[in-house]
Amino acid sequence: MSEELTGGAHSGRSGGPSRRGFLRGAGLAGAGLIAGTGAARAASPDPLITEVQPWAQFLGDGVDAAPYGKPSRHEAHVIRRNVEWLTADTSSSVNFTPIHELDGIITPNGVCFERHHAGVADIAPQDYRLLINGLVDRELVFTLQDLLRLPRENHVYFLECAANSGMEWRGAQLNGAQFTHGMIHNCMYTGVSLRTLLNEAGVKAQGSWLLAEGADASAMSRSIPMEKALDDCMIAFRMNGEALRPEQGYPVRLIVPGWEGNMWVKWLRRLEVGDAPWHHREETSKYTDLLADGRARRFTWEMHAKSVITNPSPQAPILHGHGPTVITGLAWSGVGKVARVDVSIDGGRNWAQARISGPSFDKSLHRFYFEFDWDGRELLLQSRAIDDAGYVQPTKDALREFRGVSSVYHNNGIQTWHVHSNGEAENVEVS
Amino acid sequence: MSRFLKSTLICAGAAFAALPVMAQTYGLGRAALPEEVAAWDIDIRPDGAGLPDGSGDVWTGEDLYEAQCAHCHGTFGEGMGSWPALAGGHGSLTHEHPEKTIGSYWPYLSTVWDYVNRAMPYGMAQSLTPNEVYAITAYLMYLNDLVDDDFELSRENFSDIRLPNEDGFYLDDRIELEWPLFTQDPCMSDCKPEVQVTMRAAVLDVTPDDPIADARRAQARAMAAASGGGDAPASTPDAEPEAKPDEDASAAHSPELIAQGESLYRACRTCHQVGDGARNAVGPMLNGIIGRMAGRVDGFRYSPVLTEAGDTGLIWTEETVSEFIADPRGYLPRNRMSYAGMRDADDRRALVAYLSTYSE
Repeated sequence: MSEELTGGAHSGRSGGPSRRGFLRGAGLAGAGLIAGTGAARAASPDPLITEVQPWAQFLGDGVDAAPYGKPSRHEAHVIRRNVEWLTADTSSSVNFTPIHELDGIITPNGVCFERHHAGVADIAPQDYRLLINGLVDRELVFTLQDLLRLPRENHVYFLECAANSGMEWRGAQLNGAQFTHGMIHNCMYTGVSLRTLLNEAGVKAQGSWLLAEGADASAMSRSIPMEKALDDCMIAFRMNGEALRPEQGYPVRLIVPGWEGNMWVKWLRRLEVGDAPWHHREETSKYTDLLADGRARRFTWEMHAKSVITNPSPQAPILHGHGPTVITGLAWSGVGKVARVDVSIDGGRNWAQARISGPSFDKSLHRFYFEFDWDGRELLLQSRAIDDAGYVQPTKDALREFRGVSSVYHNNGIQTWHVHSNGEAENVEVS
Repeated sequence: MSRFLKSTLICAGAAFAALPVMAQTYGLGRAALPEEVAAWDIDIRPDGAGLPDGSGDVWTGEDLYEAQCAHCHGTFGEGMGSWPALAGGHGSLTHEHPEKTIGSYWPYLSTVWDYVNRAMPYGMAQSLTPNEVYAITAYLMYLNDLVDDDFELSRENFSDIRLPNEDGFYLDDRIELEWPLFTQDPCMSDCKPEVQVTMRAAVLDVTPDDPIADARRAQARAMAAASGGGDAPASTPDAEPEAKPDEDASAAHSPELIAQGESLYRACRTCHQVGDGARNAVGPMLNGIIGRMAGRVDGFRYSPVLTEAGDTGLIWTEETVSEFIADPRGYLPRNRMSYAGMRDADDRRALVAYLSTYSE
């Protein structure tokens, strides 16, 4: 870990502790210089350059060392984490994407956050069946092979749990972007549009709702209005090019672009067409938004515009001292594209437009950057997303005005990080 | 998305005349057989659609609930730890910490029947008969003071029942209510007076440990101290030196075998707990099982035959545990453990290896 912190210096297989200690010292001293004077002049030659390093001398692993490759061992800290006190058992729980360790817009498959209601179902592809029943002309059973013979599409979409940032309704609670905003991931999905699939069965005229049901031990089920189902929903069997990960619904999951993640039923086994919603557990007891007056909104499916600065953030302080500094983060909207992201360094008094870099897809994460010269002053960092429908991400207080603090779900308020003059960042709320 | 939803609901069925009709189908898939649809089409709606024939009364439901539900949801449906409360909470929805139970919050009884039937008991889903689901649902109504103890729930009287909070829900109106304010041109400069910090997450200190983040914070402080400046937030704890997570795997078994056993343990954990804070549930907690006399966990009510086995010298070793779980009722007739048995010897070896990593 210390190697990772000092910029990658490590002694490899042949290095001893004393050498390692020396390198670490050199790293810190170098950083100190940069902090003091900007562009620095080294006091002494850098042994990482003047001495032949083990990786430059000895042979490394051959091509078959890792038939399925993994991240560098120096990235072993880039992992999903859970919040143990949140749930009774990990089989009905959630973990969080390490968004402060990632860049660009695509989430690597192995760190996409997980949410299960009865653990991960383990289904062999040859055992997979999808049943379409209800108000259709033909009730049908598909194997995975059948589904792979239908025309395929590729789309990049974010999946955000409705409860992302849900622990922050009553105020700042968790110190890390991973925990406040990590119930999100963004992947390119390959699959078949529900339009195409449902057309095989033939939806009857009175078929206005769709029930999607999982094959796991909670038989997770959600009602989806037919208009959405036929608009942009799809079933997917690949994410970022490879088969879905087991924890993401292998072999087939539902994709409901822009809508809360709970509806993206994993291990999809059944689609039933009906003429009314089912009001199952996940759309009554859960995923309804309790307001201050004791009443609750239902069918709050759409995820509205939101953003968060991922770096710096509490798990990722500024470690380079004063001078050129890159602020970066993510922005998204379940309505469409993100048109603009603004950043404030003074807690929302003044704003500047950030720079969006990378592809801008509908209902997908957008990556933004804001570069500035940090002089070491304390910062109150905020970002706000503005989507192409003109919706401006609200402050948390503005949301509370409408919703109170008990609604659990759909907290898309503006996040504030307090960056101290030593570079540490804290989750705070501001006036 | 209320814009979308509104059009769906207002137009009801009529909207779908306008859907694009695709003339072509690919003729893929095969016709579903009635038996197949019946096996999977288990969903229940508020109007009672989908309910099978059957009935169950409160007293039958109490026995089932005590045996299969109470160890997570509490004897009176009050919940246990983080497992959900099912009863109580009446009038709490406007309180600071609302309690959302069947009686206080859920709009429809059909949701109870449907969810118990599809997903309960936790870890042994779809093992209840329709009559048992009716009985448990009746008992949950009783726990919520909705019926008397002589009540019997059936398919016939089901749709007459209303839950108290049915009218407490309304359709998403965020777009009508909130969007007028949230779609105004945003302010760019001098938007508010001097900004004050009003709350810090660190005060609560509920963030999970993250050794890397701790070390980074320590580095920020060390660098700031070295350059003679920099404030530090007062309330965050000092960074701990890095520590590898405890790896308490038994030296006698390979990590792969133990990991395999951990996976197999899923079959056990509906009834048995193991590890930190394990307590007795439907079955006794399993910490320290290897080397323990049979039938001896404090506070667990064993079948008489298990206590007797301990009295006559049965010690749980890796071998005897393996023989027992191969066929619990064959090994010790009349014991109450309702598990069919793990037939594969390699699986048993892995499971025992996993259990052996948990000492008392």
